[in-house]
Amino acid sequence: MIPSKFNYIKASSVSEAVNLLDEHGFDAKILSGGHSLIPAMKLRLNRPEVVIDIGGIPGLDVITEEGDAVVIGANCTHQQILNSQVIYKNVNILKQTAATIGDVQVRNKGTIGGSLAHADPSADYPATVLACDATIIVAGKNGSRNIAATDFFQGIFTTALEDDEIITAVRFPKIAHGNYHKFYQSASRFAVVGVAVVFDGSGVKVGITGVADTPYRATKVEEAYNGDSSAAEHAVDGVEVMSDHFADVEYRSHLAKVFVKKGLEA
Amino acid sequence: MEKFIGKSVKRREDARFLKGAGKYTDDIKLPKMTQSAFVRSPYAHAKILSVDISEAEKAEGVVAVFTAQDGCGEYGVPCGWQVDFKNGETMREPQHPLLAKEKIRHLGEAVAIVIAESLELARDAAELVEVEYEELPAVTDPKKAMEEGAPLVHDQWPDNAAFDWCIGNDRADVEAALATAHHVTEVEYHNQRLAPNAMEPRSYIADYDVNADKWTLYTSTQNPHLIRLLLCAFALGIPEHKVRVVSYDVGGGFGSKIYHYTEEALLTWASKEIGRPIKWTSDRSEAFLTDAHGRDHVVHSRMGFDKDGKIVAHLTDEFCGLGAYLSTFAPAVPTYLHGTLFQGVYTTPLIHLNVTAPFTHTVAVDAYRGAGRPEATYLLERIISKGAQEMNMDPTEIRLKNFIPPFDGVEQPGYQTQVALQYDSGNYHGVLKRGLEMLGYEDFRKEQKEARENGRLLGVGFSTYIEGCGIAPSAVVGALGARAGLYEVGQVRVQPTGKVSVYTGAHSHGQGHETVFAQFVADKLGIPMDDVEIEHGDTEQVAFGMGTYGSRSLAVGGSAIVKSIEKILEKGAKIAAHKLEAAEGDLEYAEGKWTVKGTDKSVSFGDVSLTAYVPHDYPEGLEPGLDFSSFYDPTNFTYPFGTHIAVVEVDPDTGKVDLKRFVACDDVGNVMNPMIVDGQIQGGVAQGVGQALLEEVVYDEGGQMITGSYMDYAMPRADDLPMIETDRTVTPCPHNPLGVKGAGEAGAIGSTPAVVNAVVDALAHLGVTDLQMPLTPQRVWKAMQN
Ligand SMILES: Cc1cc2nc3c(=O)[nH]c(=O)nc-3n(C[C@H](O)[C@H](O)[C@H](O)COP(=O)(O)OP(=O)(O)OC[C@H]3O[C@@H](n4cnc5c(N)ncnc54)[C@H](O)[C@@H]3O)c2cc1C
Repeated sequence: MIPSKFNYIKASSVSEAVNLLDEHGFDAKILSGGHSLIPAMKLRLNRPEVVIDIGGIPGLDVITEEGDAVVIGANCTHQQILNSQVIYKNVNILKQTAATIGDVQVRNKGTIGGSLAHADPSADYPATVLACDATIIVAGKNGSRNIAATDFFQGIFTTALEDDEIITAVRFPKIAHGNYHKFYQSASRFAVVGVAVVFDGSGVKVGITGVADTPYRATKVEEAYNGDSSAAEHAVDGVEVMSDHFADVEYRSHLAKVFVKKGLEA
Repeated sequence: MEKFIGKSVKRREDARFLKGAGKYTDDIKLPKMTQSAFVRSPYAHAKILSVDISEAEKAEGVVAVFTAQDGCGEYGVPCGWQVDFKNGETMREPQHPLLAKEKIRHLGEAVAIVIAESLELARDAAELVEVEYEELPAVTDPKKAMEEGAPLVHDQWPDNAAFDWCIGNDRADVEAALATAHHVTEVEYHNQRLAPNAMEPRSYIADYDVNADKWTLYTSTQNPHLIRLLLCAFALGIPEHKVRVVSYDVGGGFGSKIYHYTEEALLTWASKEIGRPIKWTSDRSEAFLTDAHGRDHVVHSRMGFDKDGKIVAHLTDEFCGLGAYLSTFAPAVPTYLHGTLFQGVYTTPLIHLNVTAPFTHTVAVDAYRGAGRPEATYLLERIISKGAQEMNMDPTEIRLKNFIPPFDGVEQPGYQTQVALQYDSGNYHGVLKRGLEMLGYEDFRKEQKEARENGRLLGVGFSTYIEGCGIAPSAVVGALGARAGLYEVGQVRVQPTGKVSVYTGAHSHGQGHETVFAQFVADKLGIPMDDVEIEHGDTEQVAFGMGTYGSRSLAVGGSAIVKSIEKILEKGAKIAAHKLEAAEGDLEYAEGKWTVKGTDKSVSFGDVSLTAYVPHDYPEGLEPGLDFSSFYDPTNFTYPFGTHIAVVEVDPDTGKVDLKRFVACDDVGNVMNPMIVDGQIQGGVAQGVGQALLEEVVYDEGGQMITGSYMDYAMPRADDLPMIETDRTVTPCPHNPLGVKGAGEAGAIGSTPAVVNAVVDALAHLGVTDLQMPLTPQRVWKAMQN
C-alpha cells in the first residue's frame, strides 16, 4: 500500500495546471480529492511520475447560480454538493445523488470533477449528469470548451477529455422534478445500478450508470414514456449489460428495469 | 469491600485504545530497524523456473534479498494436529517452506523477501525481483480437488487428500435407519470460505541481538508461547530459552492469529543473517491472500424423521478444503472441533459424519471464530428447519420435540453424545422459551400473515446451538491428534505491599481480560480491583501459556488463576495464624482479612503480604514470599448453548434481505461481566450475519481471488444490523471453579443459520426450501423466480 515514487506539484491556477499537464504528458496525473487516484497509486495500478494537485486552485470550489443554470466548480466535494442550498433548491436530484456516494470521509474529499474525469462505470454522478443534460466545462492549452454530457463518457475510465485538458466546472440546468435511485453493491457500495430520472414537460430523461461499461441515456425508455412506468421495460434495450460476481446480465437487467420504474413512479 | 463479579465494569483497556495509545506491533520502532517486503506469486499453481534478484540487490537502500536458495528454515512451519486416514495411513503432511522453492501452490505464496532501510525502498526493490513462472492448472474447490484427474497440489501423493475421517455410529446402521424413516430431508451446499479480517493486519518484528545471542520476536499473535515453541522446536531449530516472544496489544484475531506463519519464522531467521531488526506488516491485500481462511466445507447431508418429527438418523458427507499447506490447527477444525458437535442439542440416536479433507491451490484454511462448530451448527439448524418445513411442522415444535432434557451435571449426569463428547450441563428448552418470549412469536406469525397478504415478505428463523469451548482436556485432545497440551497457566504474585500482579498464559486481543480477570481476582482476594494488574503477552513475564482461542480464556486461564489464588490463601492463612497466635483451622478469610472465628481479632491481606516478604516474625519452616503459579488442565470441555432468532424482510423486487430483528438468548454459564458478554455476543452475531448475507472469498477456476479487497469482499457494517436484543439463562459449568462456559464464539455460531432460516421462511410460500450462502440479493431474487 505504498505508491511508487512521484513528484508532487501544487498548481496555483488552471493555466498552470494545464501547462504542467501539457509538459509532462502521459507521465502526469491530476490530483483533486484523491479518492480514486490514490488507492490506484497505492496498489501500483497507476504510477504517475508527476502528480499535479489542483486542490488549492482558487475559484474551483464554488457553486453559483447563473440564470437558469447552476455552475459547480470541479473541486466541489460531494459533501459540499450535499450541503448546498443552491443545489437543494435548483438541482435537488444532484443532492440526492451525492448523498449516496461512499461515506462521510469519501464525501468530504472526493470531488465532482474527479468523479467525472475518472469515469468509473459504477460511479453515481454520470447518471445524473446525463439525465440533466449537464455540460462539462473543460480547460486546455488552447483555452476552454464545453462538452455535452452525452458526448463526455466514452467507455470504462474513458472520457472526451484531451490529454492536456482538465475539468473546471459542470453546468446543470435547473431541474424542477427529478430523482436518483441506486442499488448498492454490498461491498464497495458503488452503484450496481444507478438511475437518474428527470421529468421534462410531458417527457422524461433517464440516465443509467452501473449497467453498461459506459453510462448511458435510456433513449428507448424516453421514447416509450407515456406518463406511467411501463416504459421501464426498455431500460436495457440495445445495451450490452455488464456481468460480475454481484450481478449477472439477467439480474442486472432486471434491476435496471426495477430502478427505472421506481424513478418513473416517484 | 465492593464486589465486582457479575458487574458491567467498564473495560480498563479501552482508555488506551480509544485514545489511539494502544501498543501494537507496528507501533514499535527499534534502533537500526529495517523494513521488508515480500515478492509473492501472481499464480495459484506454477513452476518456478528462475528467480533473479541481482537488480533488487543493487537497488537503493537494500540490505538483503533472500530466496529459498539461501537455506532459510529448512524444516518449514509445522502443523499442530495429526489426523490419520481411516485406513490407518498417516496424515499426509507436506513441508511448508518459508519461501517457495520449486513450486507455487497458492496465490500470494512468497518467493523472496527484500529487506531495506525503509518500507518504500523495500517495496520498490521487490518489484525488481524477476521471477519466471510456468503457470499450471489449479483446483480451489474441495470437492473438485478429489475428482479423478484434478491437478495435484503435492505431486508426491496420488491424490489431493490429506486425510479422511469419520465419527459416530456405524454408517450401515445410519443408512438402514434412513431407509426406513418416515421422512428424509436432504441438503447440499457449500459452507463458503471466509476471510477473517481482523482490523489490525498481521505484523512482526524480529530482533536478533548478536551480543546476547538472543532473539526477540514481536508478533501480533493470540498465543506467544505457542509461537515460541513452534518457531524454536520446529521451524528454525533454535534454543527456546534464547527466544523471547512479545505480543502486546493485538487488534483482533478471530483465529487467524493463532497460527505460526512463515513470515514470523523467516523474519526471525533473517534477522540473525543481517544482524539487525526487521519489521513486516501485512497490508490488506496481503491479508486477503495470506491470512488463513475459515470454513470451506462442501456438504451433503440427510436427516431422517419419524412421523412425529423425532429425528431417527443423520448421515453426512463432507469435503473440507485445507488449502495448500496444513496450518497449525487445520486438521482439527473439520474433524474434532466439528464432528463432535453433530449431536447438537438433540437426542438423535444415530449419527454418522464422513469427512474427506483435500489440499487445494489456495491459502490455508484453519479455525475462524467458532472453528468447525459454526459449520456443524449451520448444518443441524438448517436441516432441522428444512425438515420442519417439508413436514409442515412449526420450526420451534420440531426442536422442542427433539431437545435433550435439562441436566445440571451435578444432580443429573452429563449427557453422553453419539459423537464422543459428554456435555457438562444444559437446559435447551429454557433458552428457546425465553427467546420466544423476547420475540413475541405468536404476534410475529400474525404480522407475517398480514404482511404476506400485502405482498410483503417477512420471515423468522431459529437456531438452537451448542458448542464445545474451554479448550481442552490435554489427554483427550492428545488422543484426538493434538500435538500439544491445552491447559493454561496462571501466576499470582502478591507484592510486599499487598498489590497483586497476575500473569496469565491467555492472551487478550480485544476480549477484555485485563478487566474481567481483575474482577474475579479482586473478589476472590477481597481487595480492590485497582490493586490487581493483569499481565499477558510476553514469554519473559509469563511462565508459559497456550493462548486464547476456542473460548478458553476464562474457563481454562481463569481457572488456573483461581488455583493460584487458593494457594495464596492457603499460605496466607499459615502466616495469619502465626500473627494471630491462633490455629489455622480457627480462621476464616473474608473481606480481605483473616479473622479468628467468633472474635474481632483479624489480620489484613496487606499485613500478611508484607510479613511474607519481611519474615522477621514468621512461622517456622515456611518459605518467605507469596507467589504461586498453577497449571490448570480442564477435566472436560464446556458447552455453552443458546437460541438465536432472526426476523427478516425480503424486498420482492430486488431480493435484498433486510435484517429487522435479532434476538439472542445465550447460556454461557456464570457471567463475570455482562457488558463484555453482550459485546462478545453482538460482535459474534455481526460476523455470523456477515457469513449469512455478505461474506465470501471467491477464487476463480485458475485460482485467482476475485474478492481480494473491500471493493468485492462484503463486510457487515453497522447499518446492515439491527440492535441485537440479548438476554441470558444461567446454567453454571459444573467442572470449573468459576462455573463459566465461554462466550467468545457463541454469537458467530448461533446466528448464521437463524438468518438463513428466516429468509427461507419468508420465501417458503413461493416454494423456496434452500438458499446458498451468502444470501446475496441476486441469489435470493433468482430463487424467487423459480
Ligand atoms: C471508499 C470509497 C467509496 C466510494 N464510493 C463511491 C460511490 O458510492 N459512488 C461513487 O460515485 N464514487 C465513490 N467513490 C469514488 C469517489 O467518489 C471519488 O472521490 C471520485 O471518484 C473521484 O474524485 P476525486 O476528487 O477523489 O478524484 P481523484 O482521485 O483525485 O482523481 C480521479 C481521477 O480523475 C482525474 N481528475 C481529477 N480531477 C480532475 C479534473 N478536475 N480534471 C481532469 N481530471 C481530473 C485524476 O487525474 C484521476 O485520474 C468512492 C471512493 C472510495 C475511496
